[in-house]
Amino acid sequence: MESVFGLVGADFALVVADSSAVHSILVHKSNEDKIMVLDSHKLLGASGESGDRAQFTEYIQKNVALYQFRNGIPLTTAAAANFTRGELATALRKNPYSVNILMAGYDKGTGPSLYYIDYIASLHKVEKGAFGYGSYFSLAMMDRHYRKDMTVEEAVELVDKCIIEIRSRLVVAPPNFVIKIVDKDGAREYAWRESIKDTSVPTA
Amino acid sequence: MARYDRAITVFSPDGHLFQVEYALEAVRKGNAAVGVRGTDTIVLGVEKKSTVKLQDSRSVRKIVNLDDHIALACAGLKADARVLINKARIECQSHRLTVEDPVTVEYITRYIAGLQQKYTQSGGVRPFGLSTLIVGFDPYTDVPSLYQTDPSGTFSAWKANATGRNSNSMREFLEKNYKETSGQETIKLAIRALLEVVESGGKNIEVAVMTKEHGLRQLDEAEIDAIVAEIEAEKAAAEAAKKAPARES
Repeated sequence: MESVFGLVGADFALVVADSSAVHSILVHKSNEDKIMVLDSHKLLGASGESGDRAQFTEYIQKNVALYQFRNGIPLTTAAAANFTRGELATALRKNPYSVNILMAGYDKGTGPSLYYIDYIASLHKVEKGAFGYGSYFSLAMMDRHYRKDMTVEEAVELVDKCIIEIRSRLVVAPPNFVIKIVDKDGAREYAWRESIKDTSVPTA
Repeated sequence: MARYDRAITVFSPDGHLFQVEYALEAVRKGNAAVGVRGTDTIVLGVEKKSTVKLQDSRSVRKIVNLDDHIALACAGLKADARVLINKARIECQSHRLTVEDPVTVEYITRYIAGLQQKYTQSGGVRPFGLSTLIVGFDPYTDVPSLYQTDPSGTFSAWKANATGRNSNSMREFLEKNYKETSGQETIKLAIRALLEVVESGGKNIEVAVMTKEHGLRQLDEAEIDAIVAEIEAEKAAAEAAKKAPARES
């Protein structure tokens, strides 16, 4: 089942997400990217109902872009997180989106940051956070091994520990994960951790 | 006649929509704007009223981005421009959201022209006193294009065009001097056209250059001054060359 988690390191933040598209007991796809690159220096890891997830994250992305064109400067990560929370809060009393979000970003001056936003529109600035069934394991693992001053290598090592724990302890563990990073040079994909590949279908 | 220019939705007996014509007049009185399409660059230039001593010159921008690959310059009422620009920017993002594709230059031009037309046919509104030059690269074919819209809501594509104050003399200049250019040459052509109608040069113009790779870039005053100086030197040299053979004869 879904596992999205992230942490803030020395001068970067990273987000990890499983890449399974699941419907009841069926896995439809195992290379679904659940981490959106929101703008040049922001990542949006999302879990929840897949339709809501796509709809909501794209909506946020376009609004953040619009802000940038209107004002000539990008939103800070804190501002984008508060905007996202606001949208979820408005929707909550009408037709709520079932999405949980980890937003990571890097701002000049403030450095890297990570925000935890859930579908009932709570917002927390965190150093490490997680959603989904995988959170039971990744949170415990991060509680044990996380440090504020981690380098990228150390952080990825911790991420790998979390993934191993999820894969070995969770009954419904997802096979593949994607890791994305944001630092002063921007947001980008860092690596995939795949235990199965989608087999290519032979052409008829 | 007196009655027919009250409501824009009403034709005068000889087939005029007076309010639309007044809007066109507002454009003719507005600042000059010019657009030149090169092979790899598109240049927009506008005349800017010299800023007052204490004013921050950066706070008044007449060339703006609508999207990463689309820019707009306008002549006419600046207050109307803000509304139109805002609507266009929303449409750019909305288009991306609904069809997951960036808008084409033609699409957004058609949208803006459509909006302007709407304001000539509905009650209780007045037309936008704006003529816009819209430039950009097609997101798929990378073909550069330049469009113009006016208050009546018509739009057209151009290789180079001007609008606003003295637009006719600029257009004439462009018709005489237009060549398929690229890079710096395109910028020069646009500035030369502007200098036809703008007085003391450098300080009073705003120029932005759009390339496929870097998007829109506003030239700073020093850069413009350097190009203006270059143009003036060329002009002086041409003058001198004209005079020299005359003296020989």
